[in-house]
This record gives sequence, structure tokens and C-alpha cells, in this order.
Amino acid sequence: MSRKSKLNKARGWDLAFVIFNGIFMTLFVIITLYPVINTIAISFNDGIDAVKGGIHLWPRIFTVKNYATVLGKQNIKTAAVVTVARTVIGSILALVTNALLAYVVSRKRFMFKSQVSLFWVITMYVNGGLVPVLLLYKSLHLTNTFWVYVIPGMISAFNMLVMRTYMQGIPDSLEESAQLDGAGDFTIFTKIISPLCLPVYATVTLFVAVYQWNSWFDAMLYNRMKDEYTTLQYELMKLLSSVMQQGGNANNVNTTSGSRVTPVTVRSAATVVTMLPIICLYPFLQRYFVTGLTIGGVKE
Amino acid sequence: MSQQTGKTKKNKAAVNGGTPQYTLAEFKRQSFLIVTSAIFLVYGLIFYYIPLGGWVMAFQKYKPKTGLLHSKWVGLAKFKFLFDDDKFIRVIRNTLAMGVLNLIATFIMAIVFAILLNEVRTTLVKKGIQTISYMPHFLSWIIVTGILHDALSANGVVNEVIQFFGGTPIVFFGETKYFWPIVAFANVWKETGWNAIIYLAAITAIDPCLYEAASIDGAGRLSKIIHITLPSIRPTIMILLLINVGNVLNAGFEVQYLLGNDVIKSVSDTIDIYVLNWGISQSDFSLGTAAGIFKSVVSIILIVIANGMAKRAGEERLF
Repeated sequence: MSRKSKLNKARGWDLAFVIFNGIFMTLFVIITLYPVINTIAISFNDGIDAVKGGIHLWPRIFTVKNYATVLGKQNIKTAAVVTVARTVIGSILALVTNALLAYVVSRKRFMFKSQVSLFWVITMYVNGGLVPVLLLYKSLHLTNTFWVYVIPGMISAFNMLVMRTYMQGIPDSLEESAQLDGAGDFTIFTKIISPLCLPVYATVTLFVAVYQWNSWFDAMLYNRMKDEYTTLQYELMKLLSSVMQQGGNANNVNTTSGSRVTPVTVRSAATVVTMLPIICLYPFLQRYFVTGLTIGGVKE
Repeated sequence: MSQQTGKTKKNKAAVNGGTPQYTLAEFKRQSFLIVTSAIFLVYGLIFYYIPLGGWVMAFQKYKPKTGLLHSKWVGLAKFKFLFDDDKFIRVIRNTLAMGVLNLIATFIMAIVFAILLNEVRTTLVKKGIQTISYMPHFLSWIIVTGILHDALSANGVVNEVIQFFGGTPIVFFGETKYFWPIVAFANVWKETGWNAIIYLAAITAIDPCLYEAASIDGAGRLSKIIHITLPSIRPTIMILLLINVGNVLNAGFEVQYLLGNDVIKSVSDTIDIYVLNWGISQSDFSLGTAAGIFKSVVSIILIVIANGMAKRAGEERLF
């Protein structure tokens, strides 16, 4: 085969490939975005009308009543406060403790660094399981408190190791010159190492914050009896199961308040309220989670 | 300047001396590091290691009243009960089947998506698609299952599409055969963009000269993918496969718990749900613990096997 016809053949294949790729990416974007846009459309639609179905990208009969219903519920308000609190407090606690521990095990001069690392690596692979953990939290009096959300998962070996890897990449000479000036470990940690670690700190904070925001199982398992410690995701889960049991059935329209809202539209509104903060924030934090994942995945 | 660095290097060598010296002076110098790690050690012992001690419950007829020390020992009776229970055998099957199906589906899709996205040449379009692709990862499983439930309901969008093409509507949550693919799809929908991040980073690191040389030789896009991109990201693929194999049994709780119903229970219940039902709802702590131990032990065996295979194949490994 001559070189020219070989090239032409390659070009033909390339064109087919580009077309295929275009179709693939278009479908990918549609499948990713459609359900979210659809949920937003339904959340702004009249409840009884929504039962008929057929709402796609835009509400048919516009209303904000669903949001009024959701935001008017006392437990949703409580849940919002608790969720914000656990996200903020949980992230700060996790950041400080993981960073400190990562600093300690990343010191080359630390005599027990490999033993301490191993101690934490093991926790990534073995865990006690649901029942022993529940009994432990009960005996520590952590159940039925707010602290069960933020204390138990505080130090995670994965996040700590991501930070450690990042810190190991900082040249020793910085620490050594600080030591010559008489700086102790705490000063080196706060004044020398931490300012250089801000990107990885942001990454870990982001991971923890997303985890905290999206958790629901701990609320159900440890604080089922405590309405004052309910979370947004747990409230959403209750709405979801009520929708599943009743279905999109027109008979179950909530007529008590005379409003035209249904479990389906209320749930859509609650979903939008819960996902909005994250959807608005994550595009601006991209470079942080990309860094964190690349360190975490390719290390060791 | 150079003299100073030389001096600090010598200093460091004297301090470290290759192997650590367990002298009193050295302990004093490292007191901050030792005390800090000791405090965290206590935390770790309480929250990660004490629950492991709870495993003895599995060999007892544990009652909260009598506690771990005075409950009656029953040996392997609880494990015997588990393996005589048809339901337990079924939840093992379900967990493994969904775990493997999820692993294969999400793994292949992430690689395919990363490679295809890399072939999008307009930077703005590429960035836009990538940003959209991460989005589902940030949604909780509650939201994702809600969306899935709507899309697959009687008048949901999937049935609309089916009817548009002349098919008859399907009751997705009324028949057992649809459940495993639905779970796999949910995982693909949620994690493809997120999982692709690492592959995209690995693809970016490939030397562009390789592609240029291939172009001069007349290689098309497809052959460049097969002969350059794929072999270059092979180490990344292997290490991620390794990490994920150990997680196969962890792939089954939230979706199954939220989407399962009485009709499809036989295919949707997983080990974790079994543990929850027995250990928490029925308060048989010993049986719940035994089922949890089984899961942990199988997971560790899977990790060790995967690691050994990677070692033999001369690939990167975890430990």
C-alpha cells in the first residue's frame, strides 16, 4: 500500500472516530444533566399537575409552593442547621487532626514513623463492623448526641496519607534551617510546613465536607430518636421512602392545607435545596480535588 | 552558602545515623512527635481497634446485660447458623454479583470516558464536559436513588423513551432481573467522571513526542489510542484495579437499601443489609457480628490475592 493511500485511510477512520466521539459525549452530557434539570423543573411545578407526568426541562404550571412547604417544615430547618454545623465542625476537626498526624509521620527523623504509619494503614483494611461499632458508641455515650457525627470518623488513614505524601515532597532544607534558628516542631508545623500545604489542606477539607454534607446513615442509626439532631439527607430519605410507598398516586395529594403539593413535588424541592450548595460550589474547587486524587491514587 | 548546607547535611547524618538511636536525649528531642502520635494512638485504639475486640461476640451468645466477659460461649454456632441459612448464602451471592458487576462496569466506563474525553480537541468543550462529569459524584446516594426511582417509574423518562420507540412500558422495580443492571448503571452514572480524573492525569503525563512520531508513520487516532495511550496508562489501571478488588464487598449497601422492596428482596439484599437486619433490628448482636466478620475476612483475602497476582505479574502493588 502506498504511503498516501494509507494516510487517506487513516483520515477516513479519524473522521468516523470524531463523529462517534461527538455522539458519545453528547449522550453522556444529556444523561448526566437531564435528571438534575428534570428534578428542578418538577420542584417548580404544581403538585397535582405533576402527577400526570410529561414534565421535562421546564415546569408546566409554575409555582413556588413546594419550596414554601419544604422550608416551612420545622424539622427541615433543624436539619439544615445540624447539617451546616456538622459540615463546618467536622471539616475543621478533621483538617487539624489529620494535618498534625501527617506532619508527625512525614518527619524523616521521627524514630517511630514506620510503626505509627503501619498502625494507621491497618485501619484502612480492617474494621470492626456495624454491631461492635454501635455498641462502642453506646458505651462512650456518643449515640443520641451531635458528636457522633464528627468525632468517630475524624482521622481517616486515607486523608492522612494524602497529606503525608504531600508533606514528604517539601524539601528538608526548609525544616533544617528553621531548626538551626531554634524552632521547635510546633513552630515548624504551623509556620513552615502548613503554609506550603494549603492546596492539600483544601483537598482534604473538601473531601470531608462533602462526606459530612451527604451522610444520612449515621443520623438514622445513632440519632433516630433525636429530632434535634436530624440531617438534611436523612429528612430527604424519609421523604423518598414516603414517595416510594405512596407512589406518584393522585389519591395521595396533600389536601390538608388546601395546597396543591404532592410528596413527589415536595421531595423534588427538598432535593434541590440539598444539592444546590454543592452543585454551585464544586466547579470552583476542581483543581483541589484533582490534585488530591492524583496524589492519593498514584502514591506508593 | 554551600558550606552551610554541607554542615547541615553532616548534622543530620549525625542525628539520624542511618538507624534510629533510642537514647534519652533523642527521646527528648522528639518529644513533640512522640506525644502527638501517642495521643492519636489512643484515639485510634478506641475507634478502630476496640471494635475489633468486639469480634469475640460472634463466638458468644452475647447479651448486653452480661457483657463481653460473662456471656455464654457458643463456639462456632453462630457461623454454623449463618451457613445453614439460605438467606445468608443468597446475600453473599447478591453482594458478590453486584460488586463484580459494578467493578467491571465503572472501571471500563471510566477508562473509556477518559480516553475519549482526551480526544476532544477544543479545550473549552473538554473542560465543560469534564466539569459536568464530576457533578453526580457530589450528590448523595439518597438524591441519586430518588432520581433513579423517578426516571424508572411508570411514567418516568425511560418508559417514555421505550414507548416512543414502540415498546411496552417496563415495571423496573417489580421484576428481579432488572435490579443488578440498575445498580451497576447507578454506579456508572455517579462515578464515571470522578474515576476518570486519575486516568486523565496519567494521560496528560504521556510524552507528546510519541504521538507525533506515530502521526508521521501514518497512525490514525484509534491506533494511537491502542498503541500509545492504553499501554502508557497501564500501571495506573493496574493499581486502581487492585484497590477496587479489595472493595468489591463494600459495593452494596445504600442503593440496595434504598431501592429494594419486598418483591425483589431476593436479589437486592446484601451482606450489609443482612447485618443491619439481624444485628440492629433483631438485636442479635452475635449473629450480626459474625456476618460482619465474614465480610471483613473475605475482603482481606481478596486484597491479598490481588496483591499477590500483581506481584507475580511484575506490576505495581499496594504492599
